[in-house]
Amino acid sequence: MSESQKDFEPKIVGFLCNWCAYAGADLAGVSRIQYPPNIRVIRVMCSGRIDPAFILEALKNGADGVLVAGCHLPSDCHYLSGNFKALRRVMLLKKVLKDFGVEPERVRLEWVSASEGDKFAAVVRDMVEQIKKLGPNPLKMEAKE
Amino acid sequence: MANEKVGAVLVVGGGVAGIQAALDLADSGFKVYMVDDSPSIGGVMAQLDKTFPTNDCSMCILAPKLVAAGRHPNISLITNSEVLGLNGDAGNFEVKIRKRSRYINEDKCNGCGLCAQKCPVEAIDTYNKGLTDRSVVYVEFPQAVPLRFKIDREKCIGCRTCQEVCKANAVEYDQKDSEITLKVGAVILAPGFEPFDARLKSEYGYERYANVVTSIEFERILSASGPYGGIVLRPSDGEIPRKIAFVQCVGSRDAQLGNLYCSAACCMYSIKEAIIAKEHVPTKLDCTIFYMDIRAYGKEFDAYYKRAQEEYGIRFVRSRVASITEDPATGNLFVHYVGEDETPRVEEFDMVILSTGMQPPKNVEKLAKALGIKLNKYRFCETSTFTPLETSKSGVYVCGAFSSPKDIPESVAQASGAAAKAMATIAPERGKLVAVKEYPPERDVSQEEPRIGVFICHCGINIGGIVRVPEVVEYAKTLPNVVYAEENLYTCSDDTQKRIREKIKEYNLNRVVVASCTPRTHEPLFRETVREAGLNPYLFEMANIRDQCSWVHMHEPDEATEKAKDLVRSIVAKARLLKPLKNPTVNVTPVALIIGGGVSGMTAALELANQGFEVHLVEREKELGGHLRKIHYMLEGEDPQEHLQRLVKAVMENKLIHVYLGAEVVDVNGFVGNFKSKIRLNGGEEKQVEHGVVIVATGAVEYKPKEYLYGLDPRVLTQHELEEKIAKGEFNAKKVVMIQCVGARNEERPNCARICCGQAIKNALKIKELNPDAEVFVLYKDVRSYGFMEEYYREAAGKGVLFINYSDGMKPKVSNENGRLKVAFYEPVLKQEIQIEPDLVVLSAATIPNPDNKRIAEMLKVPLTKDGFFLEAHMKLRPVDFQTDGVFLCGMAHSPKFIDESIAQACAAAARAATILSKKALEMEGIVANVDEDLCSGCRICEFLCPYGAIEMIEKEGKTVAHVIEALCKGCGVCGTACPTKAIILGHFTTEEILAQVRAILREMEVAAK
Repeated sequence: MSESQKDFEPKIVGFLCNWCAYAGADLAGVSRIQYPPNIRVIRVMCSGRIDPAFILEALKNGADGVLVAGCHLPSDCHYLSGNFKALRRVMLLKKVLKDFGVEPERVRLEWVSASEGDKFAAVVRDMVEQIKKLGPNPLKMEAKE
Repeated sequence: MANEKVGAVLVVGGGVAGIQAALDLADSGFKVYMVDDSPSIGGVMAQLDKTFPTNDCSMCILAPKLVAAGRHPNISLITNSEVLGLNGDAGNFEVKIRKRSRYINEDKCNGCGLCAQKCPVEAIDTYNKGLTDRSVVYVEFPQAVPLRFKIDREKCIGCRTCQEVCKANAVEYDQKDSEITLKVGAVILAPGFEPFDARLKSEYGYERYANVVTSIEFERILSASGPYGGIVLRPSDGEIPRKIAFVQCVGSRDAQLGNLYCSAACCMYSIKEAIIAKEHVPTKLDCTIFYMDIRAYGKEFDAYYKRAQEEYGIRFVRSRVASITEDPATGNLFVHYVGEDETPRVEEFDMVILSTGMQPPKNVEKLAKALGIKLNKYRFCETSTFTPLETSKSGVYVCGAFSSPKDIPESVAQASGAAAKAMATIAPERGKLVAVKEYPPERDVSQEEPRIGVFICHCGINIGGIVRVPEVVEYAKTLPNVVYAEENLYTCSDDTQKRIREKIKEYNLNRVVVASCTPRTHEPLFRETVREAGLNPYLFEMANIRDQCSWVHMHEPDEATEKAKDLVRSIVAKARLLKPLKNPTVNVTPVALIIGGGVSGMTAALELANQGFEVHLVEREKELGGHLRKIHYMLEGEDPQEHLQRLVKAVMENKLIHVYLGAEVVDVNGFVGNFKSKIRLNGGEEKQVEHGVVIVATGAVEYKPKEYLYGLDPRVLTQHELEEKIAKGEFNAKKVVMIQCVGARNEERPNCARICCGQAIKNALKIKELNPDAEVFVLYKDVRSYGFMEEYYREAAGKGVLFINYSDGMKPKVSNENGRLKVAFYEPVLKQEIQIEPDLVVLSAATIPNPDNKRIAEMLKVPLTKDGFFLEAHMKLRPVDFQTDGVFLCGMAHSPKFIDESIAQACAAAARAATILSKKALEMEGIVANVDEDLCSGCRICEFLCPYGAIEMIEKEGKTVAHVIEALCKGCGVCGTACPTKAIILGHFTTEEILAQVRAILREMEVAAK
């Protein structure tokens, strides 16, 4: 293992829906709630737009973790039910990930509302800690070998 | 014909209130003339560093509005000018204006600033409150709108250097003042306020001691564009202070000066300045605020106050400062005050900030005379509770701090409200004097290689103070297809919009990327800019390097800079693939649905009907009136029930308003301009209505206390129940104890319920009126009688009502001992516990969200705050909008508020709704799904998944394929994600674009180990 567990800083890609989670991340910003700089955000209009292929592409390209965040269940979704679609897709993907030898915990689904800046920051903090424990993405290690 | 109406409005004052009123009017079909005394618009808000309670950057949220007003085809800015006189009547006025000379030809000046660079003379910089100098030929601030220079002729030596260097030949030394006459149908007054002149409180040493500054000066010190570039320094020696004090109520709540009122915003802005100062000072900074009552009465203000204490360690001392003296050797200051234990104390500080109150604007008498309006005893504009936006002259309306001291969101709400009033005055003239904005023909870029321009914002020091912006610019230049990159102090300012348009031409750019703040607030502005330069608006993308970098990684400049590069790289990768999209247009149903028939809902309904729009007004109860039905008398003396009767009568008799009582809205479908909703009527049957907008006016309810024996002892009442008793003539108690903050400002509900202090004072005065010998005790945490309400607090205290402070640690205790009602509380002056036996205990129970809010929020897809009130689109500048287009809110659904505030918000919601209802057709978002018919297998998965029924199956060339009904598609992209053949493409968020972003992010992403 080239990267020692201690110095390992996970790379996380976050897919956030425009209306709740991205707004929550904005609120973390204006409220100056500090969180670790390990996440890079991609904005989509709805969590229901997030194709499992995006998540796999991120893992394939070396992301150690992927955050999918949308509007709270059951009824906060700006597009009525996109969050349910995200839920189904992510749950299914997690099952498939095991077969690839990727820990399902690397993919995390969270509901963050526009008023939850503190929750967004807490999720990122917690996820960084969790993935530090898991170590680097095994797919990336394979690619290196 | 002399009394023909005119479809134009004069707005006096170009601060945030004036700008909001102007934009609402101009966006709904009226011509606007905006007159401002200063050479550019923006008012006081343009001088502020941050805003409470979100710590949003003031210039960042204001600049898009400045730009929008500056480039609106139906707003004419008449700056450096004053109103001389007004003739005529509502609907048809003639107004005389003096345009003072700038000595620079406004039509020729292009704002290049060469004159200011070459000007050899320095003058005092009024924008920076005299803390620095500026050239004699100047603009007030770099983002000024209009960006036209002015010569300060008092200081000018007439060397004519500026005339020589000006390439536009705009300098005109002999320019004279001129007078113009305009015809308008209505007038809106928004001249704002003047900060109190701190020299009048001579005991505080302002202007004698260099390190005593006013709050507005301190805003400039905190600002990146301020005298010290955003570094907090002492004016005397340029040292970084370690210990600063804020002195509250300077020029407010002061009988000596005659300013009896409270200035309403100072507590919050001082807390904000203390928080921001601590953020700006790298070393340890101690902040102390000396106050009488902390008046954090607004939406989520108390949570902010709590954070200031717990998270930032700001110290709060309840004391009125007696005097300030200086140590001439060090420039340090001694603050003399009486401590909470009643002993005199002296404490040394490096710097003192005087929280100066609001006064009427200067020359207010002259303005009042020119317009023929009345002023109140404090020389603010006279209004009344039920007509808070109307002056004494018909057709002349008022908003913002000119009618009473107030903060930004309330000024903005009032501004939209005043716009509604003006709209109704001249409704038939709508659309007659306005021009439609013309854009240059769109360039066809389909055959061009991507040529990307990247504009990276310093955002003052909000970004540039943490992220190394020049490094990111250099990095951006290395990215594929980037042909141009630059940095800007504020990318959103008017001058930068001009630069972006120029650079698009100069470098033949066909994609534009801005790295700054959030697209949720600023994307529309930049899309408009690229459109004005002949590019399709969707050839634009944004990287958010403020909310996602500098503000959340404040202590990690290296990581924040690297992250900014990653985000720019990712957005550039997406930009390379961007395709032009077309904005479909949809027709608008000019009808409103209003949920809630209280004073807010009824007012909004009438305001819209007065403009000729049809309204469906749905009330859950069997009668109209809501909360107002429980109010029997007012502090100010008006009769609320009489007003309610009038309002109900006007609503019931108006043919355009359909009232549904005992009814509920059970389903809302559709989108802005085209909603279809179901109302469950009283009998149970359902009625479908079509409408273009929704206004949420569902009000709030009184908390039913669980504490202080409420419900267990009939002598324990709420304020409403007491009022009811008094109104029915059943009140005969001789000794009454009122307990404030019941169910508010606690763990469960951290925020203030705003209206209870006023209620308690009102009822205490009523008791004293009925029986001057009755004893009334008010046990409070802070008395929050803000604004002009302060005089009633004073009156109550003067009539012997005893106000006694309690703290969370020592709450009063109410008990029933053998049938005797007892209240025990700690008396902080006597320093002992006191027990009394009152006839009644009255609880100031909080106003809490309507329990139905959750259902309504889910039905409308709009968010709630953590407290359960509705969450507006932006706390500061969009107080009655939701982020969802076509849905608005007003009244207590937003947060607890007094009747006049609900009325103002209701009028505001009506004006905002009218900006949509007044249009025949709306331009919609171009982000919709599209079907590649060659790839489509006709499997119908998308049809089944689409929550809007926007996909239909059609027969095409013998094959069944999916087809998107554009008007119904909202662009969520659920269909495309599920499509097994990838035949559905969601514009602007295509699979290729998102995958390119993913790959670009991870290509070079490194997170440094710590």
